[in-house]
Amino acid sequence: MEPSIATFIGKIQLDKPVMLASGILGISLDVFKRLYASGAGAVVTKSLSTAPWDGYPNPTIFSVKGGGWINAVGLSNPGASNFAKMIEPNQDVPIVVSLVGSVPEDFETMVKQFENCKVKAYELNLSCPHVAKVGLEVGDDPGLVKAIVSSMKNATTVPVIAKVGLGTSNYLNTVSTAIDSGIDAITAINTVRAMAIDVETKRPILSNKYGGLSGTPIKPIALRCVYEISSQYDIPIIGCGGISTWEDAVEFFLAGASAVQLGSAIGDNWIGVFDDINRGILRYMERKGFATIKEMVGLAKKS
Amino acid sequence: MQRNLNHPTIVTIEKVIDETPTVRTLVFSDDIMPNVLPGQFAMVWIPGVNELPMSVMISKETGKAAFTVRKHGPSSTGLFNVPVGGQIGIRGPYGNSFDLREGKLLLVGGGTGLVPMMRLLTFVKSTDDVTVLIGAKSKDEVFFEDLANDLLANNSHRVIVSTDDGSYGEKGFVTDLVEKLTNETHFDAVYVCGPEIMMYKTVQSAHSRNIFVQASLERMMKCGVGICGSCCVGEDLACRDGTVFDGEHLSANKEFGHLHRNKAGILENY
Repeated sequence: MEPSIATFIGKIQLDKPVMLASGILGISLDVFKRLYASGAGAVVTKSLSTAPWDGYPNPTIFSVKGGGWINAVGLSNPGASNFAKMIEPNQDVPIVVSLVGSVPEDFETMVKQFENCKVKAYELNLSCPHVAKVGLEVGDDPGLVKAIVSSMKNATTVPVIAKVGLGTSNYLNTVSTAIDSGIDAITAINTVRAMAIDVETKRPILSNKYGGLSGTPIKPIALRCVYEISSQYDIPIIGCGGISTWEDAVEFFLAGASAVQLGSAIGDNWIGVFDDINRGILRYMERKGFATIKEMVGLAKKS
Repeated sequence: MQRNLNHPTIVTIEKVIDETPTVRTLVFSDDIMPNVLPGQFAMVWIPGVNELPMSVMISKETGKAAFTVRKHGPSSTGLFNVPVGGQIGIRGPYGNSFDLREGKLLLVGGGTGLVPMMRLLTFVKSTDDVTVLIGAKSKDEVFFEDLANDLLANNSHRVIVSTDDGSYGEKGFVTDLVEKLTNETHFDAVYVCGPEIMMYKTVQSAHSRNIFVQASLERMMKCGVGICGSCCVGEDLACRDGTVFDGEHLSANKEFGHLHRNKAGILENY
């Protein structure tokens, strides 16, 4: 029998294990449909806020000389309400709605706005490294994490995922607080706070000065985090950070992830990357005799 | 280290040419930008101001390229004001380019939308019969007429200027001229770049007569490489799938000619 690349992230079932990461390409339903048709198992939306945000002035994204990308887009988004109206007609595409906010009430308000939408899961952005009062500033505050996750779990029956990143506190504390508060899965990791300076003009290139590093340079760090989380906690994990090939994806499965997300690889290889990775995973499974993704998850910990 | 095309490379402005009171061409030396294809663009960083997508203008001098900018908002005004000796960062080139057809060609440009048209003129064959339409609001805003004639010196050609107020050339909208010419002549290809409504009408005129037509679209851009999604037009990303699209494809796109997204990604009417 041919192996299956379908996967379960806890209760969340996906036909394919490679998802579009949040912040990437996510403002038009037509683009979501195209990505799904290109082999994405699910698309995660841009992080949505209670009101529309313009984000920072350019430069907001560019490549780092040694590889990878740095960005400080500033969580630009049309606001949860506008976005919900746009995706309301959707029936086919598995959409994970990413939410960003400062207090539990922000999240409760937004969940209500998606009442008429087909939402596969919510992903809480507890880890954006370049916007004040949200993201990492929330993720670094265990009290807030507890309050937000608990209120989300009360507000919806849809699975809730927490996306964690490397802030000023130990990210594993955020993970354990989220688990204790009832979270359904963890996405690890977000971009890593970073910057770049132009030597000719002697100034930071990003208009926000600080941004987040993504792409291949952070892959080993993300992989370490997934391995650490899966070694210490019994929670479904989505690996994210620098994944651009099927080997990267398999590494994350072996470290303990049930699915992966990618974004920067689209900048380098465009949207054919989903299908390339899916095919590569399938060939690997055939070669190694795996029937399901689940059989691979966390295997590296046993060696 | 090899140049990373997705990282800003600093270049120095060597010459500033005033095209009109509000339009300037800034010339610089570079290894890559002089040789880009018509329709391709660069992300141009004006340190301390912003970063803008700009079509790459030709230069008469070897090894040089340029940006032609109209001062409009704070960002384009920032670029407009960069003096000789000033430094800007460039990354790219990005995007696809116009398909080069042969025979009777019609090029339609409005404002700085003429920039890719001028580069396209450097690619035409001597056997091509080329008509260039330049649309402007008034006489003050007409530029690149002489340049177009110079570039086509060895071709059977005509360069027609139309101004909305009739202060120079033919009076009226350039799109009315497009409708008239496409009705009279079967062109082998029509190329257009300019304000969205100009492109929309030009595509309609040509496509409805089964004439091959392409337009180079402009949208708000951040990354230039298809990551951020800011420039999406329906299912298309202007930066990566375009900026050049066929009329056939555009005619099926519900947003082309009608809607664009603002900085937050909310659809707004043109």
